[in-house]
Amino acid sequence: MARASRFGGSWQAHLILILGVAIFVFPVFVALMGSTYDVGTIARGEMPLRPGPRAIENYSQAWTSGEGTRVKGAAPVRRMLLNSLIMGLVIATGKITISIISAFAVAFFAFPLRMFFFWMIFITLMLPVEVRIIPTYAVISNLGMLNTYQGLIVPLVASATATLILRQFFLTVPDELVDAAKMDGAGPMRFFWSILMPLSTTTIAALFVILFIYGWNQYLWPLLITTSKEMNTIVIGITKMIGVGDAQNDWNLIMATAVMAMLPPVAVVVIMQRWFVKGLVESEK
Amino acid sequence: MTKRSIFNNKVLPYVLLAPQLAITIVFFFWPAGQAVAQSLLRQNPFGTRTAFVWFENFVHVLSDDAYLQAVGNTILFSGAVILLAMGSGLLLAVTADKPIRGAGVYKTLLIWPYAVAPAVAASLWLFIFHPTIGILGRTLNQVGIHWDYTLNGTQALLLVILAAAWKQVSYNFIFFLAGLQSIPRSVLEAASVDGATPRQRFWKVIFPLLSPTTFFLIVVNVIFAFFDTFGVIHSLTRGGPAKATETLIYKVYVDGVVNLDLGGSSAQSVILLLVVITLTAMQFRYIERRVHY
Repeated sequence: MARASRFGGSWQAHLILILGVAIFVFPVFVALMGSTYDVGTIARGEMPLRPGPRAIENYSQAWTSGEGTRVKGAAPVRRMLLNSLIMGLVIATGKITISIISAFAVAFFAFPLRMFFFWMIFITLMLPVEVRIIPTYAVISNLGMLNTYQGLIVPLVASATATLILRQFFLTVPDELVDAAKMDGAGPMRFFWSILMPLSTTTIAALFVILFIYGWNQYLWPLLITTSKEMNTIVIGITKMIGVGDAQNDWNLIMATAVMAMLPPVAVVVIMQRWFVKGLVESEK
Repeated sequence: MTKRSIFNNKVLPYVLLAPQLAITIVFFFWPAGQAVAQSLLRQNPFGTRTAFVWFENFVHVLSDDAYLQAVGNTILFSGAVILLAMGSGLLLAVTADKPIRGAGVYKTLLIWPYAVAPAVAASLWLFIFHPTIGILGRTLNQVGIHWDYTLNGTQALLLVILAAAWKQVSYNFIFFLAGLQSIPRSVLEAASVDGATPRQRFWKVIFPLLSPTTFFLIVVNVIFAFFDTFGVIHSLTRGGPAKATETLIYKVYVDGVVNLDLGGSSAQSVILLLVVITLTAMQFRYIERRVHY
């Protein structure tokens, strides 16, 4: 009886999981197919669900010009990918750098107003861009940072989440380690570089994955402060290409762009799966 | 909890904190303060005169039919996204937690949509449900269902719900799976020995033990549905047709950035701020509980 139920359960389990995977994969599959046909076939609603003949042409056109018969004024995908890559990498690195030194200060030093500063950082969790749209825009505009990488990146580099996780991790570092370092005559920065950093590599890797995706997938912020097409990130670029969603649009180019927009963050998650899951689950504890 | 062994240095900790605090003050506290201040002010149409109007902007916003419609849309949209994304996430997690062949492969194949930006997810579903060129949109029209999300508000809402939920299932799957794996096997075996059917085992043992995860995910999903779905709505429907998909966050954007109604938009921002504070406080209570027990 046990064997029978296990067999039955397992058969149903595979069915549910395959169905789930299929629902996840289906839209990506359709996008992949769409990126291999010409505009006309798609606009007439005649696109079959098998690879078409124009994959190379579509991808190279999107990559080098980004403009089709209908889509005008879009930046080439290589430019938008570069912008997204810069955003993802610099935001992730910046957040980790700034947070690791803050967490170090809060966890390993005694000084007046320590908890006040810690709470100040913590409370930014409650102030997402959406609740301060116009005043933040005004600050960026006054600082002359509209349409710049600084404007895109600097305001997003503070991180309550990363500071909290790193502080949490630092608190688990045994006191004996600090005592030993002190006894050997190491100052705080020597302790930081030689002992704390090597201990933190897994936590940093995990944070890096989730923060890279956070930076890559930003939407409202780049939409607000970048107007020139050279500064568009790829996620914003797709929306601009879609416009009002006309049937005559260059859907082949839009889908090629969508595929290229998904590939880097999805690859990061799949390749760094172990750190990603750890980073995600730990960050919410 | 503080460490016993600490460094004594008068200046260094402040230097280490300075970059984070500078950004926090310039880009978070100052603008948030401005938003609160502006919510109490009213400018004339030319922006030349500003008057202090107490809570007039709030009264105005809260008695505005368009705002109340946005509240309704947000509740409907968020409720549907959360139910769909959490329900599917739980089903997949419970299934993937079983000792089956290839569980690791399934896991990889189920987590990647987390990395897809909401606006990109929207573009994929748009391509499928486009009324004239989309593979499913076209099919719906052929079988006699008049499908056009650019004209029909209910259909537009369904489409943004689908695109937003599709992207969020992975997140819930990961957390439910982590929650399930932390349930001691002995508890489940004890339930089996006592003759519990698989259904009883789930509802009477597993589901109650998962409740901290479920509660936490509800809060995170509310935040996702309120704020992070802006990209889905902006790229799919722009709040239309006839404001059928205009959520609170989209309305703040439109009133502030497009219609340049500073007072009204700021008042809406402050209302959203109160929502975020409530949600974060709930989340924090959960964290506290987890730390103590």
